[in-house]
Amino acid sequence: MSSPKTMKDSVVLQVKNLQVSYYTDAGRARALDGVDLTLSAGEKLGLVGESGSGKSTMALAMMRMIKPPGRIEGGEVIVDGVDLITISDEEMLKARLSKIAYIPQGAMNSLNPVIRIGAQMMDAIKAHQDQSTSDWVSSAEMEKRCKQALESVDLKSNVFKMYAHELSGGMKQRVCIAISILLRPKVIIADEPTSALDVVTQRQVMETIDRVQDQIGAAVILIGHDMGLMAQFVDKVAVMYAGRLMELSNVREMFTDPKHPYAQALIRSLPNLENKGVFNGIPGMAPALLQLPGGCAFHPRCPRVMEICKKQRPEPTTLPGGRIVECYLYPATA
Amino acid sequence: MVKLIIRRLLFLILVIWAASTITFFIPRLSAKNPVRERFAELARSGGFSPADMDKIIASYSTKFGLDKPLWQQYVDYMSSIARFDLGVSYNKYPKTVMGLIMDSLPWTITLLLVTTALSFVIGNLLGAVAAWPRAPQWVRSFATPFILFQGVPPILMGVLLLFFIAFKLKLAPLGGAYSTGGIPDWSSPAFIWDVIHHQILPALALLLGSVGGWVLTMRGMGVTIQGEDYVNFAEHKGLDGYTIFKDYYLRNALLPQATGLALALGTVVSSAIVIESQFGLPGLGRVLDSAIRSNDFLVIYGVVLFVTIAVATLMVLMEFVYPLLDPRIRNA
Amino acid sequence: MASITLTQPEIYRPSRLTLLLGYLRRNTGLAIGLFILLVLVVFTVYGLATADLSDAYPLSVKSKQPPSLEYPLGTDFFGRDLYVAMVVGLKQTATIGFLAGAIGTFIGVVLGFVSAYFGGWLDLGIKSICQILTPIPALLIQVIIAGSLDKRDVTIYTMAFVVVLLAWMGPTLVIRAQVLTMKERQFVSVAKLSGMGDLGIIFGEILPNLLPFIAAAFVNQVFIAVYASFFLAVLGLGPLREPLLGNTIWAAQTQSAFFNNWWWWPVFPAVALVLILGSLAFINMGLDELANPRIRRAE
Repeated sequence: MSSPKTMKDSVVLQVKNLQVSYYTDAGRARALDGVDLTLSAGEKLGLVGESGSGKSTMALAMMRMIKPPGRIEGGEVIVDGVDLITISDEEMLKARLSKIAYIPQGAMNSLNPVIRIGAQMMDAIKAHQDQSTSDWVSSAEMEKRCKQALESVDLKSNVFKMYAHELSGGMKQRVCIAISILLRPKVIIADEPTSALDVVTQRQVMETIDRVQDQIGAAVILIGHDMGLMAQFVDKVAVMYAGRLMELSNVREMFTDPKHPYAQALIRSLPNLENKGVFNGIPGMAPALLQLPGGCAFHPRCPRVMEICKKQRPEPTTLPGGRIVECYLYPATA
Repeated sequence: MVKLIIRRLLFLILVIWAASTITFFIPRLSAKNPVRERFAELARSGGFSPADMDKIIASYSTKFGLDKPLWQQYVDYMSSIARFDLGVSYNKYPKTVMGLIMDSLPWTITLLLVTTALSFVIGNLLGAVAAWPRAPQWVRSFATPFILFQGVPPILMGVLLLFFIAFKLKLAPLGGAYSTGGIPDWSSPAFIWDVIHHQILPALALLLGSVGGWVLTMRGMGVTIQGEDYVNFAEHKGLDGYTIFKDYYLRNALLPQATGLALALGTVVSSAIVIESQFGLPGLGRVLDSAIRSNDFLVIYGVVLFVTIAVATLMVLMEFVYPLLDPRIRNA
Repeated sequence: MASITLTQPEIYRPSRLTLLLGYLRRNTGLAIGLFILLVLVVFTVYGLATADLSDAYPLSVKSKQPPSLEYPLGTDFFGRDLYVAMVVGLKQTATIGFLAGAIGTFIGVVLGFVSAYFGGWLDLGIKSICQILTPIPALLIQVIIAGSLDKRDVTIYTMAFVVVLLAWMGPTLVIRAQVLTMKERQFVSVAKLSGMGDLGIIFGEILPNLLPFIAAAFVNQVFIAVYASFFLAVLGLGPLREPLLGNTIWAAQTQSAFFNNWWWWPVFPAVALVLILGSLAFINMGLDELANPRIRRAE
């Protein structure tokens, strides 16, 4: 399940200080409040957090699909050297699927019901025609590519001629995966790709994502709240809370030695086979994004809160080993 | 499949039965008996040979059987309808009701088909665009006047059009199917143009009011479709706005609208008939209008019945077309 | 686990009025419709309060006068003051509209609801009746009915009745469809599980969610009622003595008003009718947005 070390050196994704707000009748909700991330080729990042923590907004923002009343207010999303926030609309259209691809949550309804699967795959390629590959590709060639993609996700190539309603949930999800790899993007965002599926199909889908990612050497961001899935699949885990990135560690460290109090609470709350019947929740509720608490967003619920936490938001600190934490418990060493 | 056909046929029969029953009972509901009065009036004014009078009375007896018990009248009525015998017009004796209808039908059908088709296409396109956030504002504002026009019944529209365009501006004829004094010659393009020229205002009168309905329903449909995951995913794939509009949005939004088409035909018919009489077109409208004026009952009821049956049949036929358009139903 | 006090900062909650006005600003359709309606209502109420209503009937004032200060909308061939006629006509149109609209909506809600909620044969029956009656061209049937009636029996109330007769199927089917989707949705099951009785569910859970649709159906029914009554009146089948908008236009047509250059006679009622139906159409469009939240755009 791991990727060759040589690929890990090239950085394909850099998110710097990403800010997204939603403007509603009741005020401004800061969905993302300064998020930083870096990913290298072949790396797998798990993005976890409660509902409302901003993980889906992250995905949308990276694809530049934030619609009014939401707005990207600042920051950079650099994929393969290009800042997606600043390029023109047309260039962004081309960038989607070719540089950065998206696997939707719940593929039940993500495929056009009145067009055949093949046509939906072909139109994706056609839309990027004169850009992603160097020269014009014939229809026959495109069809071949699509069928290859279908086969790489373990689907028979006759799916090409079928309609969406003839496929099962797992199959539809795999079609979406196939579409996402058609143009060999550098980054793939999988937004809770398995939440609507049963456990067996979940495993199939995750293995498929893993395999295709290996094949094309892309970086994957897996968004979800299934910690068990994260543990099995990703290299690094990022924990989000109230639109901020609280901790970013590699998966082993996150599960055995989380640093941020919120991350610690999350890990502690995972059901434990040795400790049956004991459930540890996290007291309190996630704040409404309309009025975030001052200072550190987690301070009202933090068991180790200090005075400074209430007043000022902590800067992200880099710990030895590359881990990043946003907490006053780990002050930046000059 | 067979079960479906049977169900649809049953529906058709029930509609025809309902319409016939309604038209049967209406004249019997009013306190006075218009038929008797009419005959009395006829007898006074004369002008009918005794033999003709007998024939007319016989025909009316079948329909109204005024001396027979009610259930008997009903049975007679229903059976004559089943035989496509709608009776005889006494105003235009000896023409049969069916004959009158058939003569005037081609005009009405042309007007209806053209206006409905145009209305459907224009209205749905405008509605689709109106709901599409990426369409420029000025294009979307095109929809607004049509929504406003919805409030203008075709009759009014006809009056206004007649007054301003025909009377004041003299751009179109004041009425009639073709210029007076012209001899119908369907092979001459000049004649055909003349006919078309005469159809423009009535068509417009019908069109302008009906487009709004499509705009609104399509807009509602469009908004629902836009929220669908597959439209979203299409954007994620990097498809441009035009492709998404055409293949993902329009194709899906249009499907349910097709079912409304047959129904729309039904409602447009009533207005079309009035427009025809207003513009003096020799269609069903004129037949109905002169029948109302002269109290020619059988014609009135015959026309209404005929229209109802036609609309119902069309609706049923549409149901069979629908699976051809939607692959989800096709394979089920 | 240590106890934690949560700090609840002050939330800025805009007042209800601000939210309402803000919404109206975005939902222009609704705003325009309501505005036009308001203007009409004010006009009518003012007229009803100040004018001598008998002037709306024939032989009241000098005939064939063009609009002037004394007769703001002119007078007609029969000696009606057309301004007063307009006022009374609007009131009567409103009466027919609301009466028929209310009855039609009420029937629709009751039947649609009963049909969907209780299902089974009842549902099949009601649904079938509605579907079978729909292809029948209502306007034509109404023409026959109105034509068969004794002229003296035709009043605004009989017109309202005639209009409702074939209009109730629409709202029934719409409400039925909505209740059906709601029945399946989670909140009804949840309510049932938490022990709410049938009546509680009906009035507490389902009806509140139906309100936008009921409102839209009502507006639609009023539209249909005004349209149909106008249709009948303009064919000369209405209560001829009353200054209904349609009647006025019919009278104008029979007297060849345009060609006699009495343009004001049919034009003002025509404009008024367009305003009424137009405002209803806009309100309908606006309610569409309300019921289908995705049409709403914030900002």
